[in-house]
Amino acid sequence: MSVNSNLVVAEAVELRAEVDEAPSPPQRRSRRSRSSRTTWRKALKKDWRLYSLLVLPVVFLVIFRYIPMAGNIIAFRRFRPGGSMFGDEWVGLRYVELFIHDPTFWRAFFNTLILGGLTLVIVFPLPIVLALMFNELRSHSFKRVAQSISYLPHFMSVVIVAGMVLQLTAVRGSINQAIEFFGGDAIPFMQLAQWFPTIYVSSEIWQTVGWGTILYLAALTTIDPQLYEAARIDGASRWRQIWHVTLPGIRPTMIVLLILNIGTFMAVGFEKILLLYNPLLYPTADVISTYLYRVGIISSNFSYATAIGLFESLIGLVLILTANAISRRTVGTSLW
Amino acid sequence: MSERIFRPAKQGGITDTRGYTVFRIVNGVLIVALCFLTLYPFLNVVAQAFSSEAYINSGQVNLIPKGFNVTTFGYVMGDPMFWRNYGNTVLYTVVATAIAMVFTTTFAYALSKKHLKGRAFFIGIAVFTMFFNGGLIPNYILINELGFKNTLWAIVIPNAISVFNLLVMKSFFEGFPEDLEEAAAIDGLTTYGILWKIVLPLSKAVIATMVLFYAVSFWNSWFAAFLYMDKAELYPVTVYLRNLLAAASSTESLGAGAMSGDATQVAANVKAVTMLLTVLPIVCLYPFIQKYFVSGVMLGSVKQ
Repeated sequence: MSVNSNLVVAEAVELRAEVDEAPSPPQRRSRRSRSSRTTWRKALKKDWRLYSLLVLPVVFLVIFRYIPMAGNIIAFRRFRPGGSMFGDEWVGLRYVELFIHDPTFWRAFFNTLILGGLTLVIVFPLPIVLALMFNELRSHSFKRVAQSISYLPHFMSVVIVAGMVLQLTAVRGSINQAIEFFGGDAIPFMQLAQWFPTIYVSSEIWQTVGWGTILYLAALTTIDPQLYEAARIDGASRWRQIWHVTLPGIRPTMIVLLILNIGTFMAVGFEKILLLYNPLLYPTADVISTYLYRVGIISSNFSYATAIGLFESLIGLVLILTANAISRRTVGTSLW
Repeated sequence: MSERIFRPAKQGGITDTRGYTVFRIVNGVLIVALCFLTLYPFLNVVAQAFSSEAYINSGQVNLIPKGFNVTTFGYVMGDPMFWRNYGNTVLYTVVATAIAMVFTTTFAYALSKKHLKGRAFFIGIAVFTMFFNGGLIPNYILINELGFKNTLWAIVIPNAISVFNLLVMKSFFEGFPEDLEEAAAIDGLTTYGILWKIVLPLSKAVIATMVLFYAVSFWNSWFAAFLYMDKAELYPVTVYLRNLLAAASSTESLGAGAMSGDATQVAANVKAVTMLLTVLPIVCLYPFIQKYFVSGVMLGSVKQ
């Protein structure tokens, strides 16, 4: 779960504000008679020290972010180990056709949709509920301790989380002991594919919901107390206050986080699944990213895996752009 | 900021309805239960770490250790590879955090100057990488091409800039009083001097927060090392643990065969001990560093 949403929003708003400002240079002229039409030559001369600070980070972005993006070209070119990282010859849509006719790819695709969808539908709303629950606590110290405990799993390495999941779901683990206590039979969870979605979503809830409350709690503090007062004077019960004042107050945060979650929909917990799954679980656990890991890294079909990865990234980009556009049209909140 | 978050819910002398009182009690009980569920996996790890394997295998160890046993700690801590890998984790975390801080601070400082020509472009190329990235294979090929395989650089360089941390620092620097920097400029300090002698000393809180953000993420990371390291002596401790888990789960009976001749005897217990030793530093530091994280997120989110 991403916590950077509001920030991105703030960023976007600010960028837009700057664009709006641009046509009115006199505002900026006050101090050093600078205009927004400063030429690059002048800007470089004046701010060369600032630009020098940008050199390393921008080189970094180009090499480690933008060159790999360009490297996706091998989805359409044959890649030979030892040859150019951008491939040797064009093969057109060969690799795309390959995965379109690959049943394993489609199984991974639908598993991704299912796990991503479950995460979105179940895990996304829970921090809102938990934040409202925290908000109703009156004891400061109890609230603080409860919050600290709920944040703790966020700081755990995914390897630790996987270790805990394996331990709890073991045939002789705590969950099976509880099942046996209530008269059931132990379930070999990690050998039965039908259990994987439940286990995966539960571990996501455990790890992300507490930390996810932070932005909502911050948003709750920005609601004007007078609104609650007015609602009470109008005879609104606590429930109606939550419905008519609290929820609308945190709506922008909810929408922004929803858009970002939709954007990361396809990238369902790759590392966690890679650590948890085994061939018995592939029918429900194998997602696009784990499949392309096996195709690309284990079997060294670089071009084929890149085609799959590019497809996944493009879906992610389209999803976030679409969600953002719909949100801007309908409720007026958007990332940019 | 934090005072406002913990604002009491009680409002203006209105007495609660009975329904609301019931709700509050249920709510409190639920939160206690959720806290217990959150802590349970940790407590289970501790209990299993101090138990003997026989009790774990017969499914009797939940919250309280049974057949108290600390010899496994001796096993794990006696494995030179465990310490070697733990040392690698420390080394990778320190180097990666240092590099990341230099990149992030300089980038954020330059971007915080609103008059900088091309600023929107530079922010744009950074933010775009949050929504679209090259993907696993092109990155893998790039790292191999650069010759970073089986070197420290494969781990410490490719994740040197977290765009989220960058934006947090940038918004912090933007809140910096301009007069101060202008006065320093009049006193003859260059941009470098201002950054080094004025801005950074006054930004200790945000720098501490960023160092923690980066350090925790590098401490916890495993995949880069798993992908780019072929030699056991280069692994961080997370990969050590991962290999233990994979060995134990692939064939229940063979688990952790490398650890000792009596393989079944060690599996669950050794896993628990290794997990405990791996999370220990974070859990111990957690009460002290938690508030910095929360304030870091706030810093990012409540910007005017």
